[in-house]
Amino acid sequence: MKNRHVVNLLRALLLVSVFLVWDSLVRFGWASKFFFGEPLLVLRQVVKWFTTGEIYPHLLTTLLETILAFSGGALFGLGIGLWLALNPTAAKLFDPYVKALSSMPRVILAPIFALWFGLGIWSKVALGITLVFFVVFFNVYQGVKEVSPVVLANARMLGANSRQLLRTVYLPSATSWVFSSLHTSVGMAFVGVVVGEYLGSARGVGYLILQAEGVFDINAVFAGILVLTVFALILDALVSLLEKSVYGWRASTAAVTTTEAT
Amino acid sequence: MRNESAAVAVELQRINCTFASSDRKADPYPAVSELSLRVADGEFVSVVGPTGCGKSTLLNVTAGLLRPTSGTVRIFGQPLVGLNARAGYLFQADSLMPWRNAAGNVAVGLQYRGVARREAEARANDWLVRVGLAGRGHAYPHQLSGGMKKRVALAQTLILDPEIILMDEPFSALDVQTRLLMENELLDIWAANKKSVLFITHDLEEAISLSDRVVVLSAGPGTRCIGDFVIDIPRPRDVSEIRHELRFVELYKDIWHAMKAEVLKGYAQTKVRA
Repeated sequence: MKNRHVVNLLRALLLVSVFLVWDSLVRFGWASKFFFGEPLLVLRQVVKWFTTGEIYPHLLTTLLETILAFSGGALFGLGIGLWLALNPTAAKLFDPYVKALSSMPRVILAPIFALWFGLGIWSKVALGITLVFFVVFFNVYQGVKEVSPVVLANARMLGANSRQLLRTVYLPSATSWVFSSLHTSVGMAFVGVVVGEYLGSARGVGYLILQAEGVFDINAVFAGILVLTVFALILDALVSLLEKSVYGWRASTAAVTTTEAT
Repeated sequence: MRNESAAVAVELQRINCTFASSDRKADPYPAVSELSLRVADGEFVSVVGPTGCGKSTLLNVTAGLLRPTSGTVRIFGQPLVGLNARAGYLFQADSLMPWRNAAGNVAVGLQYRGVARREAEARANDWLVRVGLAGRGHAYPHQLSGGMKKRVALAQTLILDPEIILMDEPFSALDVQTRLLMENELLDIWAANKKSVLFITHDLEEAISLSDRVVVLSAGPGTRCIGDFVIDIPRPRDVSEIRHELRFVELYKDIWHAMKAEVLKGYAQTKVRA
């Protein structure tokens, strides 16, 4: 217990010293204020955003987009993952294309989505979905393939028809794998959304950063990055909470993490 | 004539099972050849034989999970098509669904048959009491010991009231004490409603203490029946006591005598393969 306090204290000190080093580098002219900003002004910007309430609509937009991107990607990944895992012929047919699409740097789709869906939230949701989809897809695929043949034979002997097999064997196994990859896929949704905002939008934290960059306000850019980091940490903590409440049986399966192209 | 065939629960006639070899140059492997076996209605038959002799193959054929290359399977006189709906199967390996708790696992077969969830779980809890797991319905398989998991699997199969029970070395992974307890419980449950049982084991003592009849298989390839022994030890039996009875020792000697050559043959083959 005492040890934990010491660790926490040291961690806080580490953070403070990084800010101190940054501040002194800029203050004594070893680094340019123009390119590296000033920590105190960065913090002041963050405080200003929150006290004026200016940032809330942007945060809300980013959050909404992340949630939509995650749910959409998870739904598609689950559906198509189940379909391909249970249809070996279709899986064989689609295999090279799935590989091609998953290894493609999908962020490059952002301009196309902006053309198709406009500058509103939907182009960001679409980009997030393409990132989330593959994480969920590969985990569902694995989840179905990893079903123990004995459990499967047992369910069949107990009288399950193919729909009941899907509902009571394949789907629970697949969702357990999806749950074990939840941190990765929520993170992916967030990345897709912020990159989408940054590339062209009218709202969102990525948009704030883009605006600040446009007027060379380096402090506001850093402030935006700081807000995004804290936001991502909170999101991750929420996922851990959700995980704890849903896990009735502990999945000892390790999630498939796809190599990311962002 | 018709009556007589109806009294036979399982009839395997001249079953051949040949598996294509994974190595293309090698000849296909004849696991079972010309094997015939009968289990009368209400009879407890054990099948013993050396390791790797195709005992599980035989069970999978009876369950309808595996189609024999040739030969016929009759269940209560009817040729078997597809899965054997009149049989319950107790597997050797873990067969419970890890994402369902004990009660959920026991209830699942009833739910497949359209029984409402609440009623299915109520009946599942009754069965959990019968196999000695009262109050453990909420535990997930990973929270249960090996013996407890086997009890859940037993309840899962028996709740559906199958006319034939197929068992593939169900107790082989248990420690000796748990195993004796489970064997006695199995006999109690069996005595209460006389199902036909086809029990696979490599343990001769287990086979003799449980069965009405013990069938001995030869070593593979091309497994056949080489012995058929009626176990005339009176019931009810206590499996932990029966082993010291004179008749048990006699039967053990006879069957072991028939098996010995095959066991040595099987052992020699596994050594060659390794």
